[in-house]
Amino acid sequence: MSELPAVWLTLRLAAVTTGVLLLLGTPLAWWLACTRSWLKGPVGAIVALPLVLPPTVLGFYLLAAMSPAGPVGTATQALGLGLLPFTFTGLVVGSVFYSLPFVVQPLQAAFESIGDRPIEAAATLRAGPLDRFFTVVVPLARRGFIGAIVLGFAHTIGEFGMVLMIGGNIPGATKVLSVALYDHVEALDYAKAHLLAGGMLAFSFIVLLVVYGRTRLPAPVR
Amino acid sequence: MSDLEARFRLRRGDFLLDAELTTPARGVTALFGASGSGKTTLLRCVAGLERAPEGYLEVDGETWQDDARDLFVPAHRRACGYVFQEASLFPHLSVRGNLEYGLRRVPGTLRRVSFDETVATLDLAPLLGRSPDGLSGGERQRVAIGRAVLSSPRLLLMDEPIASLDAARKSEVLYYIERLRDQLAIPILYVSHAIDEVVRLADTMAVLSDGRVLACGSVTALASRLDLRPHLGRFEAGSVIEATVARHDLEYGIATLRFDGGELQAPDVQSLAGERLRVRIRARDVSLALSAPRDASFLNVLAGTVKEIGSLDGSGVDVAVAVGGAVVVARITRKSVSVLGLVPGTPVYALVKSIAIDRHSVGYA
Repeated sequence: MSELPAVWLTLRLAAVTTGVLLLLGTPLAWWLACTRSWLKGPVGAIVALPLVLPPTVLGFYLLAAMSPAGPVGTATQALGLGLLPFTFTGLVVGSVFYSLPFVVQPLQAAFESIGDRPIEAAATLRAGPLDRFFTVVVPLARRGFIGAIVLGFAHTIGEFGMVLMIGGNIPGATKVLSVALYDHVEALDYAKAHLLAGGMLAFSFIVLLVVYGRTRLPAPVR
Repeated sequence: MSDLEARFRLRRGDFLLDAELTTPARGVTALFGASGSGKTTLLRCVAGLERAPEGYLEVDGETWQDDARDLFVPAHRRACGYVFQEASLFPHLSVRGNLEYGLRRVPGTLRRVSFDETVATLDLAPLLGRSPDGLSGGERQRVAIGRAVLSSPRLLLMDEPIASLDAARKSEVLYYIERLRDQLAIPILYVSHAIDEVVRLADTMAVLSDGRVLACGSVTALASRLDLRPHLGRFEAGSVIEATVARHDLEYGIATLRFDGGELQAPDVQSLAGERLRVRIRARDVSLALSAPRDASFLNVLAGTVKEIGSLDGSGVDVAVAVGGAVVVARITRKSVSVLGLVPGTPVYALVKSIAIDRHSVGYA
């Protein structure tokens, strides 16, 4: 099957992106849930931007930033990392921004619904801050984590505009399923296009059915 | 003697907590006051869940907060257990998991109570494998109390632990708190707005109003102080007498209780002869007479002298009567005070209906 490299690349991108998002998004969501700072509004808005922006806008700015003359590009070159556009790493960076709200918002909602009480109870039972987080907050926010993982993964699989901007269309490196589908349509190969589109539709539906059907997830957009 | 010494100043909007409290760190000390008087905030400050910007706290010789030295020990480093009004059990853990949560975080050498002993005292054995969801309100609160005790606190803080329970569950949980007090010897700071709980459990009480500690002392001494009357609740008001069970009259189901000043007869006392009790006598259940009635139904006719007469502003007046070493407060009308010509020093008889001394007014001292 000629589509296998694209399938594998897409799954790898989604998995790595989801992993990075959990590492970055969890503390960010926790901060958003707990803070009383005036920064909560602006930061929350920035996190939510990818929900309303056309992916191409995000992709364009990221491409500009990561280009040889851009701030990020200058930095990565100075660090000996080379340039990120049209690489897998670049795609991961773009996907992290693109899927950020789909991970942060379910987590934030789950953290907020726990309330102070269980955390205070744990504190009076001698649990320190990190201990409380991992033994009380994480288990109680389990549904939020499942929702965040599934939505972050699925949303990354579904991206297109941003990938095209940053990643281009390099087989095995940046050619993900949605781009492959676009290629088939351009080439008027509707049989293959149907196969890919139908597969992704079925995949997305099953994922959402699992999330909404089983865990009654707090809506990602509130 | 190991003590608890606390001073906190904390502003929350319109509310100002400006409390000073020194109390022996043993037995049960009640923080008593109406809702909004600041007792829960004070308790949270002691636990370290709330930080008063100006505060000092020393428990059992250990300083937990001293803003003069910029010292604030965070809640998880304070050896104090906290029982919330709602049990607040961890829903993702079994009863056993909840009980072990605090226990596992205390090094073996610092543990003061054993798992088995706590489970036995609170009768938790049948619940261990269950999930908190399946427990009744009373059972949940018992588990919460056991969980706090197992963290080996030097001080156990309880914030109205039975306020959200129905009457039957209340007395069930109270019974277990009494067992805890008697068997485990952990000092308890107990927040309550119900005087009958305070009488039943506490030796010492602090009366709070508008964020201030008005008075702190023994329950028997404070309960009969007329100046605290407005803060103790008009209809709940009464005096507290410490007594010993002298004998039981099985034919009528009446017990005779001996106190410093005479004897009291009360129905339905569950204690054995020789046990010490605290008896609360509501002021409105006490009448006064200048001579002892011979043919009335009062079983308790206590000879004494008027010690103090309360405010004469309304139609009802509180009169404190010294009976031996004890004080009995009577709430009578201003008209009666005038008709009987009562002034401090007048010899009177305090008449108390035995039936008014019910199960809820008797505590085990």
